Amino acid sequence: MSDLTKLTLKAAVDGLKAKTFSSEEITRAFLTNIEAANPRLNAYVEVTGDKAIAMARASDARIASGTAGALEGAPLGIKDLFCTEGVQTTAGSNMLRGFVPPYESTVTANLWRDGAVMLGKLNMDEFAMGSSNETSAFGPVVNPWKSSGSNADLTPGGSSGGSASAVAADLCLAATASDTGGSIRQPAAFTGTVGIKPTYGRASRFGMVAFASSLDQAGPIAKNVEDAALLLQSMCSFDVKDSTSLDIPTPDWTQSVGQSVRGLRIGVPAEYVVDGMPAEIQALWDQGIAWLKDAGCEIVPISLPHTKYALPTYYIVAPAEASSNLARYDGMRFGHRATGTTSLTDLYESSRAEGFGAEVKRRLIIGAYVLSAGFYDAYYVKALKVRRRIAEDFDAVWDQVDAIVTPSTPSAAFALGDKQVDPLQMYLNDIFTVTANLAGLPGISVPAGLDSNGLPLGLQVIGKALDEATVFQVGAALEQAAGFTTKAERWW
Amino acid sequence: MTDTTATSKLIQGRTGNWEIVMGLEIHAQVASKAKLFSGAAVGFGAGPNEQVSLVDAGFPGMLPTLNGHCVEQAVKTGLGLKAQINRRSQFDRKNYFYPDLPTGYQISQLYFPIVGEGVVEVEAEDGSFFNVGIERLHLEQDAGKLIHDLSPTESFVDLNRAGTALMEIVSRPDIRSPEEAVAYVKKIRTILIYLGTCDGDMEKGNLRADVNVSVCREGQYEKFKATGDFSHLGTRCEIKNVNSFRFISQAINYEARRQIEILEDGGAIVQETRLYDPTAGETRSMRSKEEANDYRYFPDPDLLPLELEQAWIDEIKANLPELPDDKRRRLMSQYGLSQYDAVVLISEQAKADYFEAAAAGRDAKLVSNWVTNELSARLAADGKDFSESPLPPSQVAELVALIEEGVISSRIAKEVFDHVWAGEGSPRQVVEARGLVQVNDTGAIEKAVDEIIAANPDKAAAVAEKPQAIGWFVGQVMKATGGKANPASVNDILKARLGL
Repeated sequence: MSDLTKLTLKAAVDGLKAKTFSSEEITRAFLTNIEAANPRLNAYVEVTGDKAIAMARASDARIASGTAGALEGAPLGIKDLFCTEGVQTTAGSNMLRGFVPPYESTVTANLWRDGAVMLGKLNMDEFAMGSSNETSAFGPVVNPWKSSGSNADLTPGGSSGGSASAVAADLCLAATASDTGGSIRQPAAFTGTVGIKPTYGRASRFGMVAFASSLDQAGPIAKNVEDAALLLQSMCSFDVKDSTSLDIPTPDWTQSVGQSVRGLRIGVPAEYVVDGMPAEIQALWDQGIAWLKDAGCEIVPISLPHTKYALPTYYIVAPAEASSNLARYDGMRFGHRATGTTSLTDLYESSRAEGFGAEVKRRLIIGAYVLSAGFYDAYYVKALKVRRRIAEDFDAVWDQVDAIVTPSTPSAAFALGDKQVDPLQMYLNDIFTVTANLAGLPGISVPAGLDSNGLPLGLQVIGKALDEATVFQVGAALEQAAGFTTKAERWW
Repeated sequence: MTDTTATSKLIQGRTGNWEIVMGLEIHAQVASKAKLFSGAAVGFGAGPNEQVSLVDAGFPGMLPTLNGHCVEQAVKTGLGLKAQINRRSQFDRKNYFYPDLPTGYQISQLYFPIVGEGVVEVEAEDGSFFNVGIERLHLEQDAGKLIHDLSPTESFVDLNRAGTALMEIVSRPDIRSPEEAVAYVKKIRTILIYLGTCDGDMEKGNLRADVNVSVCREGQYEKFKATGDFSHLGTRCEIKNVNSFRFISQAINYEARRQIEILEDGGAIVQETRLYDPTAGETRSMRSKEEANDYRYFPDPDLLPLELEQAWIDEIKANLPELPDDKRRRLMSQYGLSQYDAVVLISEQAKADYFEAAAAGRDAKLVSNWVTNELSARLAADGKDFSESPLPPSQVAELVALIEEGVISSRIAKEVFDHVWAGEGSPRQVVEARGLVQVNDTGAIEKAVDEIIAANPDKAAAVAEKPQAIGWFVGQVMKATGGKANPASVNDILKARLGL
């Protein structure tokens, strides 16, 4: 039999239902791949082999009895941000090393309801704060892609670097991920995979370790647009345990994949042309626009005037919320606790100083600062106002366009260690993606080509709130036009 | 009238007169089976950490979801305080580290509280009324509890109370004396109990107050009232978590004296948070303004703004129980009671209910006297509430009926009451069984009167000169008739026979 791990999620689910192969077979194939690759790629922080086999056997039994769910028997990787009952959940942090939640996140519970199999927990930037996976307490994830003529290890992006790397290297059929400022779309772009962040409120945040509550959304990273649709519709649900969850039905988005885009109006925002953007990125963008035009779309130049304030706004709102969300990691009830301390304050300070990494501390300090007396209005309140303006920018164009196309990232994957010196350089990675988080809109990254070094580049499609259908439709059209089939050459 | 009230509130210092100005923050635990943002149970007496959900304990990925019943209770309370209900409010996070606060922030409402301005009418001890302005009422979470006395080297955390819903009721600086402060808290407590939104149990800490005390020179408060300019008032100190009426009064008295002494010695008041130590009878500094936390309040991004439908508010309003002030007015007009009697009756809802059940068709004043005096005293002695009275209202009604019908005198009624309380049966049964029926037979009374006059000619002669001496004869006749003679008849007959 051909290599089961190279199947798409859709093909695997079909094959499993048709009993062409068993869940146990495909699960074992992935576990073998992981065993071989993980020492080099570091995509998984924990492989739950026994659990995976047990789940696979249970799936095989359900397939045999004709009670298979939508993802029955499909082996998936789970970003270590999702709490998994009885399985260590760390959020990439020493603070939570050894933390085993006695509960399951709603997103993963939905997957198990649909029959998916968990291979293990995927590496990520600490508390999802990072764009290169280098802030993980478990070491950086390595991108399966290499720059032509170089052997340097590249970043898979972040914070969902483990998810992206695992999908690109066939270490799972697809993976869960989360996106606060681009943490799904940027790693997808860096690894030649598809990643979508749905409308804020589509996926429950219950049981997902919080970074910035008003921006965090779960979504999938998958091998193609159809797989992303299939996995996303299983992840999403209304959840009474999350007050920001939307009480609306989840459509069958796989139906949108392959639908003609003829007549759709595609916006191209002038403000997304940024200083110092590599010509290759501009060229890819132009190419994407041309493909859509060829497919019958109407291309509409638009303006989103507050775009330039998005990144600074994001880096006020997200750290502010994080500084409060991460206060619960105080060494009292769970997680890391310093020893040999002499006072309550000492216990707090030492536990947090030891438990958190440098980037998390940086953001917590920024967050505490922008919320502090005397600065609150100047920073946080102002940022909320700008956030509103950014959302209004989008509101104003939706009567002219059905979707917006932009590059996903300002560059291809860079070498590990390259941008660690200057946090601001690192933050620039999110420049095209943060707007969708600030406005709560769905955004997908689809691989659209390779740069001159043979590294994948992605295009982003942003849609109206709750209109993932059009996002998938346009994303699939780009995917089809690009015919992107290149895989990272196996070196691991 | 305003003059006398103002004068009575003055405190004399060495250098002149001072006035106290106070605003209170009352924390009332919402009567609810579940916590404000988690499904965990609320209750007294559970073992440590038995009523804690993962949300309360601040586990990763746990999210708050608002308990609609607590919102309804807050709205009800707002309506009871005749306050503005804000159809849009918002929850904010108050950030600080402490082991009794698992998430590292308390969810409260700083910027947009659910209830805005209102006013409460409070009865002073002298029977006059004063108004206290309500600035706001907001919902917030309570914290857990630290236990330091179980081990010399460790502290323990009990999170049972963590996340329990509190209503914080903030008054305007309209309170001017320790007595007013106590009367105000009592009034709020009564309103909450009437509404069923808080059980008012201060011993369990379900109702407690933070008292903001400042002092100023005589006349300054009037200037503040006229201008709204706080600079006319003194610097305030906040006395945290006072949980009994007695302590409220003691703490204020101590604190006002302390502040006056400092000012008269040429010092300045430092704005700070203080704790009242009931054992030492003094307030002590807890933390100064400089040491105060920067709480970094911001809107809780896990919760949407709270939006209320006007129709829902109207429905709650339409179903509000009768409030104490309305009940007081109605008892006065419907039963012809004095303000004093009405105030005493409404102080406890069960007492007022008891009265009304007993008063139907009877002499209301008489019923009120029996309820507020004899029965109140007996219940208090047994540590019982009116709702737990072993004597149903019908028995008090029967007792009063016997008096009204002239079957027994008020004096005998007391005796009857004793027997009824002792469980000997209904008042009518006791009267019959013990032969306590009042003697209305004038023949029998005349006979007794004649005999006593005949036996005491000297005293009978004396009465002619000193009519008050008739009292001695009344006593003798009552004694001779075993107390059963109708006192009015005795009086009439004596007067006739003695020629008065």
